[in-house]
Amino acid sequence: MPRSLLLLPALILMLAGPAAANKVFVTNERGNSVTVLDSESWEVVATFPAGNRPRGITISPDGKELYVCASDDDTVRVFDPETYKELHTLPSGPDPELFALAPSGNPLYIANEDDNLVTVVDVKTHKVLAEIPVGVEPEGVAVSPDAKTVINTSETTNMAHFIDAVSYEIVHNVRVDQRPRYAEFTADGKKLYVSSEIGGTVSVIDLTAAEPAIVKKISFAVPGILPEWLQPVGVKATSDGSRVFVALGPANRVAVIDAGTDEVLDYLLVGQRVWQMAFTPGEEFLITTNGNSNDVSIIDVKAEKVLRSVQVGEQPWGVVVAPE
Amino acid sequence: MSSLSLTLAAFCTAMLAALPSWAMEVKAAVLRVDRPAGPPISRLDAPPADLGFAGAMLGNEDNRTTGAFTDTDYTLKTQAVAPDKAAAALDALKAEGFGLIAVIADGEVLKALADRAGPDVLLLNAGARDEGLRDADCRANVLHVSPSRAMLSDGVLQFLMWKKWPRILLIHGSHPEDRLLAESYRKSAAKFGAEIVEVREFVDTGGGRRADTGHVLVQKQIPVFTQDAEDYDVVIAADEAGVFAPYLPYHTWDPRPVAGSAGLRPVSWHAAHESWGATQFQGRFEKLTGRPMREEDYQAWLAMRVIGEAVTQSGKVDPASVRAYALSKDFELAAFKGQKLTFRPWNGQLRQPILLTDGRVTVSVSPQEGYLHQHSPLDTLGIDAPETACHAFGG
Repeated sequence: MPRSLLLLPALILMLAGPAAANKVFVTNERGNSVTVLDSESWEVVATFPAGNRPRGITISPDGKELYVCASDDDTVRVFDPETYKELHTLPSGPDPELFALAPSGNPLYIANEDDNLVTVVDVKTHKVLAEIPVGVEPEGVAVSPDAKTVINTSETTNMAHFIDAVSYEIVHNVRVDQRPRYAEFTADGKKLYVSSEIGGTVSVIDLTAAEPAIVKKISFAVPGILPEWLQPVGVKATSDGSRVFVALGPANRVAVIDAGTDEVLDYLLVGQRVWQMAFTPGEEFLITTNGNSNDVSIIDVKAEKVLRSVQVGEQPWGVVVAPE
Repeated sequence: MSSLSLTLAAFCTAMLAALPSWAMEVKAAVLRVDRPAGPPISRLDAPPADLGFAGAMLGNEDNRTTGAFTDTDYTLKTQAVAPDKAAAALDALKAEGFGLIAVIADGEVLKALADRAGPDVLLLNAGARDEGLRDADCRANVLHVSPSRAMLSDGVLQFLMWKKWPRILLIHGSHPEDRLLAESYRKSAAKFGAEIVEVREFVDTGGGRRADTGHVLVQKQIPVFTQDAEDYDVVIAADEAGVFAPYLPYHTWDPRPVAGSAGLRPVSWHAAHESWGATQFQGRFEKLTGRPMREEDYQAWLAMRVIGEAVTQSGKVDPASVRAYALSKDFELAAFKGQKLTFRPWNGQLRQPILLTDGRVTVSVSPQEGYLHQHSPLDTLGIDAPETACHAFGG
């Protein structure tokens, strides 16, 4: 076979990678809507109503179902990412805020702040599979890459609960600093990052030993910013294990962290009250929601630079990008 | 041993294992000392029977939920007594093994209870606002979770200065606590560069505070009472006794806003507050109690959560250890006010933002932007370390 033919598939892949445009979905907590952006032009392509107080947002691995926590409707609304029509709702328990899908796309793990529960919902049958009692005000949810462990953070109990995904039993509790918001696994499943908004730290939890243990607490310092306003919320880790990005809320900064040493390398200035973040599928870009400036910031992940900001709806909260 | 007794023994062991046996047990109480008082000006302000207790119940529930993961049991006892029964109630609680007691009482009663309680008991002041208790009259066995008068008046003055409304007509009542509050506003005005252009006293002549046609008289009396004042931007009412302040808004001779005991009020909490996750917190309280949360409830909740955090983090339950942890650098508490709450080690006062409310929404939250401090902007509210006359905390 001629050599040029062998190269052809690789060439197609290379062309397809950076050129692909994906839809970016942003929930507007106060606008009661979802803004849709194009990840190539960064233009707003659509805005559609998403129920009352939409916050957490995620999408199925096949890109066919978009899930939105409509907090004030006490339900999860499921939309068609192409037509933006509501397909159905899922039982969520009261006041759903954040959730996480299993890597396979089913089930959905939902934190119910009002009831101290994590609700497990089958997205195919729309049935509640389990309600797991956790600490006071459950917030962040994460599923381990091997799908065996579900993490829930509880804001007033100040713990990360490790839940067995089969038995639905809590197997470990790790105490973290005040008001834990978000949990993020590394792609290899060896570390877990938990942000504590009021404590002002990100706990790095080692998962390689028999018991999970905090090995480091990352703290933050920006000249001219009061320490009280350095409030870590959203956390995203690159799949190559090199970087972790932490949204610092009212400090209007995203911290760039070396995932090897867990030291802060830089702070990127974004919009006001930066909250949640999402990567584009190839991790070229990181999108941040800025609740008080009603925009999203686009970060070039490799260059670690903010490229631009795009106006969205009122009080953007959550963000997800459609898969390839 | 016969096989029957063996089976029985095994059964008993199984039963014992099934009974909850906790690694740590925490006993906390709320003691509320009610002075006899007439009905308030507004019937909306009538105190519910479970005032304060309901907040403590929620705090205890929160602690118990966390305790399930840390093998710690929490019990709560709540009790309301008249002032002359307060000492006996304290003695009884001590005898029952309650060493962590939140107190909702006025300053004089609290001071007497602190002196009676002795060093083996930790009191958490969830009521009294008196400056003296945080200053020259401070007691080592009292931590203050309720804000002081100075923290409240500083919170108002920072906002007025931010608004550029520096000229104040101060109207205070004739009760001793009204005069203390007026003094606090005087100090706050001096601290932040406002000017009190005139002071007037509204004398309590006794009698009922409510009547069917009360508004007819009020509409005639208050304009005259506020007539011919020096030029001012805002009225500050110092009316802790609750005699006149709610009558001031809309009735002043000059069209001016009112702050302090009516109008824009500084509070530790109010039921409309929604920022920083407070909506869920309000919801949990209302589900538990069926009514909106009041300041005393929030303060009693704070008291229980201070205990819960200190126990969870230190792994110790005795009052001395709880106190030591609460006053240490490691203590921090998230309490729906946007930043961590910590204690001032020099007088045992919990640092906290002050909400400013018109009764329907959160108008603003102090400290205001731009009021800076070398340690914490929260220390721009109330007595700071260099000015303290409190020496019971080793200062």
